[in-house]
Amino acid sequence: MADGSLIRLTIEGREVAVPPGTSILEAGKAAGVLIPHYCYHPGLPVAGVCRMCLVEVEGAPKLAPACATAVAQGQNVLVHTEQALEARKSVLEFLLINHPLDCPICDQAGECELQDYVFREGRASGRSLDPKRFNPVEDFGGDVIYVANRCILCTRCVRFMDAVAEDPVLNVSERGDRALIGKFEGQDLTHPWAGNVIELCPVGALLSKDFLNKARAWELDRTPSVCPNCTQGCNTIIETRDNVVVRTRPRSNTDVNQYFMCDYGRLNYRWLNEGNRLETPLVHQDGRLQATDWNAAAAAAAAALQDRRVFALVSPMLSNESLFMISRLVERSGGVGAFRVETGPEAPLPGVPNLSLRAERAANVRGAELLGFIKSATPLASLEAGDCLVVAGETLAGIDPGALSRAGSVIVIGTLLPEVVRSAAIVLPATNMAEEEGTFTNVRGRVQRYQQAKASPGLSRPVWWGIAEILGAAGENAQYFLASEVFAALVEANDEFAGMSYDMLGLRGAIIATTRERDVTREISEVAR
Amino acid sequence: MGYPNRPHDRETTVLSQYFGDPAARSLAGWKQRGGYRALEAALGTPQADLVTMIKDSGLRGRGGAGFPTGVKWSFMKPGDGKPHYLVCNADESEPGTFKDREIMRWTPHALVEGCAIGAYAIGAETCYIYIRGEFTEPLRVMAEAVRDAYAAGILGHSAMGTGNRIDIHIHKGAGAYICGEETALMNSLEGRRGNPRIKPPFPAVAGVFGMPTTVNNVETLAAVPHIVTRGADWYRAMALSNPRSTGTKLFSVCGNVARPGNYEVVLGFPFREFLYDLCGGPPPGRRFRAIIPGGSSVPIQTMEEAEATLMDYEGFIAQGSMLGSGGVIVFDDSQNMVKMIARLARFYAHESCAQCTQCREGTGWVTRILERIVAGGGVPRDLDTLLDLSEGMTGKTICVLSDSCAAPIVSGIRKFREEFEALIPASRSVVSRAAAV
Repeated sequence: MADGSLIRLTIEGREVAVPPGTSILEAGKAAGVLIPHYCYHPGLPVAGVCRMCLVEVEGAPKLAPACATAVAQGQNVLVHTEQALEARKSVLEFLLINHPLDCPICDQAGECELQDYVFREGRASGRSLDPKRFNPVEDFGGDVIYVANRCILCTRCVRFMDAVAEDPVLNVSERGDRALIGKFEGQDLTHPWAGNVIELCPVGALLSKDFLNKARAWELDRTPSVCPNCTQGCNTIIETRDNVVVRTRPRSNTDVNQYFMCDYGRLNYRWLNEGNRLETPLVHQDGRLQATDWNAAAAAAAAALQDRRVFALVSPMLSNESLFMISRLVERSGGVGAFRVETGPEAPLPGVPNLSLRAERAANVRGAELLGFIKSATPLASLEAGDCLVVAGETLAGIDPGALSRAGSVIVIGTLLPEVVRSAAIVLPATNMAEEEGTFTNVRGRVQRYQQAKASPGLSRPVWWGIAEILGAAGENAQYFLASEVFAALVEANDEFAGMSYDMLGLRGAIIATTRERDVTREISEVAR
Repeated sequence: MGYPNRPHDRETTVLSQYFGDPAARSLAGWKQRGGYRALEAALGTPQADLVTMIKDSGLRGRGGAGFPTGVKWSFMKPGDGKPHYLVCNADESEPGTFKDREIMRWTPHALVEGCAIGAYAIGAETCYIYIRGEFTEPLRVMAEAVRDAYAAGILGHSAMGTGNRIDIHIHKGAGAYICGEETALMNSLEGRRGNPRIKPPFPAVAGVFGMPTTVNNVETLAAVPHIVTRGADWYRAMALSNPRSTGTKLFSVCGNVARPGNYEVVLGFPFREFLYDLCGGPPPGRRFRAIIPGGSSVPIQTMEEAEATLMDYEGFIAQGSMLGSGGVIVFDDSQNMVKMIARLARFYAHESCAQCTQCREGTGWVTRILERIVAGGGVPRDLDTLLDLSEGMTGKTICVLSDSCAAPIVSGIRKFREEFEALIPASRSVVSRAAAV
């Protein structure tokens, strides 16, 4: 858009230029001024009901709701004047009239917008002498419980279910201060994306049953990550306490998942905490697997590779970096890499284009394909007699042990040791995605970084690191210390990734070269449809 | 003073001329009384001329806000390619107001005619009459009138044979006060919860079903045929005080008054004479104490203010209140003002749509404080709290329900503070209050 068509205004003394039709609240964000609000959410239709975002617009007779007022040329908006502060203070006092002060036992405490704003701008003490209204806690179905007493009726949840999930299950029932969020008769919050109402709720009224009473918000460590549970690649935050993942939440990325993630992805995190992990390299000696160190194990693995074709059976949950290193192992022997992928029902979020819980339930199917791995329902079909079978991250669940017996030698690298390969020559302990840094390529060809959220157990290492050790022991030049270095090598070797680096990807990712054009065309046709 | 009594000599009966005359209800009876001549004339007049005529007459909205009707109609741009809608607001739910009910009961065809003219003037083919659910008799009478008008070809695909399509639908509300607010009414009409909408966009831009819409009160539309028949000059000439307040207005009088009922007077009529002459003054042995002159949402007037008022839009504002809907609620010296105000607050707390924080929580809170004061549990600081809360509830919400709740409280405390103080033991501390309750 040409600069001439922008609207210029001043917010709290800061000049800003925004497109016409922008709300004062969004313009405030652009100017770096936070205008306090509850009911407004960028991913939802505007309601304008909490009246918290009232600001002074010079020349206007009344305070204006910043979320529902469009910017005007030359406007002067004041957020922290006495009049606006007084109005917000009054709203906060009204909100607390029936809101219990049970922060010490409320899951939301520490990440509660009511708590934050009352602390910042509210009255030091209440004036109400009368008892508070009481409503019982209600099970909303799915992962959600509703603590009506804490509800401030911002209606974000109602609007999400109506306009984004397009499954209007929630409503505002009753009127006046008797009002509460209601659920239509016989319906539950069982929509595959319904869990988002928990994040949308600015207070502790809608809570996750999964997270209920599990941790205090201020005890958590937060790490930007990418959901590994399907090919969509929703941006997430992994929250850990004492090296245990306790919750995953959506991280906003308007190019991928806006502000949302599905319940399947949200709740499927327990495998990141598995306790029965491989913690040390094992080598088959004297008829049994014996613990050893990485140097000895890498040397043994190099010996097992010697003069054999490598057949790699990989998991599409592995990072681009790990898959790239395995592809090097495969290529130098003229071997084959294959993978299979678990599937489930697809569940789109109707209100957001191109956002869906994808049928393929693994993060890096696209990356595996780009790096030369073959997707197959029967991946071991092309395993030839005498091959060195490298099993990387694969659970081997449902695989016929007889097919495995064709292999000349077996190297396993992963978090667990599948029963059917207990006879493997070498077993190497690997990290899971929460314990390493890396990238995934999502279904639309977006390469996205995730960061390490917790420590890895024992001597486990990222798969790329383990493979690099083996290549090093086999006399190759493959010494990497950081995932970013592996990624740089990957970029050099693969044109699709041209121009990318960890710095360039940042926390929002970038689309790979070959799909850029194709995806744009597809996007246009999807919009047209 | 209307049915069942004869009008007072000093009334000017335009709208209420046939109140109490059952023969005027039928289509034939209405035609005998000159009905539908205005519609016939209007359908032969260019639409722009009709709008100008209503502008010239000075007719202003009778529902409460007093916005000039002709100006409102002129917001409906012809030829914008969108369907236009006229909505007649017959949700008369303002406490103390019962004038629209009488118009619909006695002269249903006057409203049908007014709606048809209005619809034609703003380029609408469809008019909705939104009648509150409790109005069972007016609903029945209006339904009959609309049916007869269709049968006679007055409404329908070719209204009065002119080729103009005019449809009128009657919609029964479910009894929520807030559905009398025009944007809440439109939501209700669309089948949604009756919550007021944020303005802008105004109804003339995006109203019912997102299309340009004009919402007019029953009394406003009922006055239109008279203006069409007798001319804008005739209507404009009816003004006893301010030239910007023209025509006649129905006032519904209730409470402690000798002769309650509906009175129609020319705007600018002296309120003092209205109360003592037309309404017969206070009940025997009593004195007037206070007046709420425009429905429960307007500030309370003391008798000094009321007796100095000239009854028009400007006159009531000059004396600390508003004309509002014309629902005059009269209190004599037997009434306790605190109790009355508490009752009003309870009404608003019950009817708040629960969207805006100030209104949802504020109406309930002030009610609890007022009722506690009435019950003898008040503390001195309650009055300051009430005034402060009222400030927080005024001018900050989507609609004016919260302002309406605050208005009688603020004016009540300001004008009748001694009554509040009489109920609050001055020496009582918060602690002893808690013990007492």
